[in-house]
Amino acid sequence: MKKVVVIGGGIAGMEGSTYLKSMGYDVTLIEKNSQLGGHLLKWEKLFPTMRLGKDVVNFLNDGIKISDVNVLLNTEVVKAEKNGNEYIIELNNGQKLNADAVLVATGYDTFNASQKEEYGYGVYDNVITSAELEELFTSGKTLTTPSGKVPKRIGFVHCVGSRDEKVGNIYCSKVCCVTAVKQSIEIKEKLPDVEVYCFYMDLRMFGMHFEALYREAQEKWGINFIRGRLSEACENIDHSLVVKVEDTLAGKPLKMNVDLLVLMVGIVPSQGTKDIGRIFGLEFGVNGFLKSLDQHMANSNSNVPGIFYAGTCVAPRPINNTFVDARSAAVMVASYLENYKVEGRINTINN
Amino acid sequence: MVDFGFSINKDRQIDFDNADRRIIEYVAKEESTIAICLICGACTATCSAGNFTDFNIRKITNMIRVGEIENLKEEIKKCMLCGKCQLVCPRGVNTRNIILKINEAIKIFHE
Amino acid sequence: MKLEGKKAIWKDYQKEIADDKYFYVRSCVRQNFFPGSETAFLKILRDELKKDVYEHPCHTTCTGIGYHGDVVPFDTAMTVVARQFALMTESGYENLVPSCITSFGLYTEILETWHHFPETENKIREYLKKATGREFKIPKNLAHASDVIFKFRKEIAAKAKHKLINKNTGESLKVVEHIGCHYSKMFPSKGVGGAEYPYVLTGMIEEWGGEIIDYPERRHCCGFGFRQYLVQANRGYSIACSKKKFDSMEPYKPDMIITNCPGCPMFLDRWQYTIKEMEGKTYGQNGEGIPVFTYEEVAGLVLGYDPWDLGLQMHQTDCEPVLDKMGVGYDKSKKRELIINNE
Repeated sequence: MKKVVVIGGGIAGMEGSTYLKSMGYDVTLIEKNSQLGGHLLKWEKLFPTMRLGKDVVNFLNDGIKISDVNVLLNTEVVKAEKNGNEYIIELNNGQKLNADAVLVATGYDTFNASQKEEYGYGVYDNVITSAELEELFTSGKTLTTPSGKVPKRIGFVHCVGSRDEKVGNIYCSKVCCVTAVKQSIEIKEKLPDVEVYCFYMDLRMFGMHFEALYREAQEKWGINFIRGRLSEACENIDHSLVVKVEDTLAGKPLKMNVDLLVLMVGIVPSQGTKDIGRIFGLEFGVNGFLKSLDQHMANSNSNVPGIFYAGTCVAPRPINNTFVDARSAAVMVASYLENYKVEGRINTINN
Repeated sequence: MVDFGFSINKDRQIDFDNADRRIIEYVAKEESTIAICLICGACTATCSAGNFTDFNIRKITNMIRVGEIENLKEEIKKCMLCGKCQLVCPRGVNTRNIILKINEAIKIFHE
Repeated sequence: MKLEGKKAIWKDYQKEIADDKYFYVRSCVRQNFFPGSETAFLKILRDELKKDVYEHPCHTTCTGIGYHGDVVPFDTAMTVVARQFALMTESGYENLVPSCITSFGLYTEILETWHHFPETENKIREYLKKATGREFKIPKNLAHASDVIFKFRKEIAAKAKHKLINKNTGESLKVVEHIGCHYSKMFPSKGVGGAEYPYVLTGMIEEWGGEIIDYPERRHCCGFGFRQYLVQANRGYSIACSKKKFDSMEPYKPDMIITNCPGCPMFLDRWQYTIKEMEGKTYGQNGEGIPVFTYEEVAGLVLGYDPWDLGLQMHQTDCEPVLDKMGVGYDKSKKRELIINNE
């Protein structure tokens, strides 16, 4: 039986493993944490339908269970060698695995918001990230500012660590705009009297139903959108924050006090993605994510035969796309292992 | 007071916390579709008045949100209430009624 | 405010500051604005810290004011600066210490330009050679004079006669620090602590017993702006910038302001007087202004120098409230006398 090692137990790794195992391969899923599920474990509700994150985790876990994937938790790859067409993968527990193919699903990290020094994350008391707000939702605790106050006005800052050459990330992280809209609505559900302001450069509501959610935010929930990128946030004497932004549609600078400032942190290649790329000699693209053999025709293929990609190790992706991508990657792994006739097309891609 | 030959410039920055938001609050209550305006400018592109005066309904819609209401009364007088703006709006904002409601709000709060 | 957060940022912006053998270049305007400051710097370095500081009699303006005022082209500015480097090289020094923030910014800009465009450096070497016959070496270390005082802040604290502490209450004085724009806004990595949370003055204040105020308009320019201030009709714009800062810092009830730029203390000091005369508004306690100091003046006070030797009588906003709080003694009658003599 041919062996596949899948690295990373988030959405892409779990779903990829499930289908590879179902196809009849001997699959081992390696996860560095003590639990499968990745970032999703910390996410309460998902855009645009408000489906619970744990519903999706349960679905993924069911797949792993039903197909009976061999899961290694608290495990990391430390070394890999090639022996003919086979990889010998050494783990941090000293164990060695043989693999005929490897599926890399090492995912993303959220952007380290303290790099945007001028927004005061880690310096001012009441600046938090979108991921931290989501954790607050998941915890079920009452929504207060870190200073312990029930907020009267909340600001959301879009594109923190995205589309920003200053921090070295020129790309769009894709999921933050709609996440801000989603989280704004959830805040209004919990605290109907709070005023919510989103500061954006442009709203990228590309997904099905995203635009409808944006409209709902304006129409039903009275969420306000100001077009302009924050230049800085400063702390007032009462620990509220004053944000400075140009209302670019008014053509004037504007300052506004908010009790809580939420930074919509973008998606950056995870440390695991960087490490695995180095270990297997994979190519990185200009944005630091793993580089697909071809962006149109061979998204799941890498520059190294037998190594495949799934999910956000390649680019920022919402969950629905990650599912599709993982299943598609499983097909590409099978095509390689079985040497389907069409496989020849991949080898002739000229990039 | 001493005259030094110059005066202290007025701050151009919009001070949102001290902005006069009575007009937007009134209009939002009376014509709720203002909330879904995308500020795309289709209204202004087609505006009969805007083609011959500096009347800009898109700008007015945005300006009242942040309390920029200087000369508002004079501005809205330029509108001919023809309704072309409403015809092109991609989101069905009742732009024509917004002008009427601004006019009402000015009468209530500023006269 | 979380101090650990700032400390993490400060860690990322450490710069190398030479510890002796300085080639000191003065500012064009500081000797008029705050006449005791540069003298105090030299006294502190030479007499207190026993450092070797050299000044060259042929040093000229760096042209920074003209460059930022749009009357001196960059090539000219670079050639004049190259001449300063030549004076330094000829005198056998390698560590350049400008007194002026704009000089520091311009020197930094020129060195960065040459680093990225070596052909520009070669061109300027040629210009200087043709014009003056001089040659130069690039400074081994470039530090602003406030960087040097920052480096020795602990040594100064060890010799302190006074602290930035209110003698009557035992509480730390609340200090606003204002950093000159050209210190690190253009090249954040060249400033101690970076551009968003500069540490250069904060470090001194902490070390000498004061408490730093971080107020919303901390990063705003003092309003000097070269071209803006120079034309009388534009001064309303300049003064509005200072006023924006005063309005923002007022709720924190600062005891004093400390600065590291030639223009900032000038404008933060004089405009307080102007605002009072124009609008009757004052920002300090008991209808007084907020005293504004250069970092050398503050270092001098900490070391126990006579306030009038430091030139504090030349401030338009009276410094006495701070002197009284710190317990610095001074001869009241001498102040006026010194001003009249200066006139």
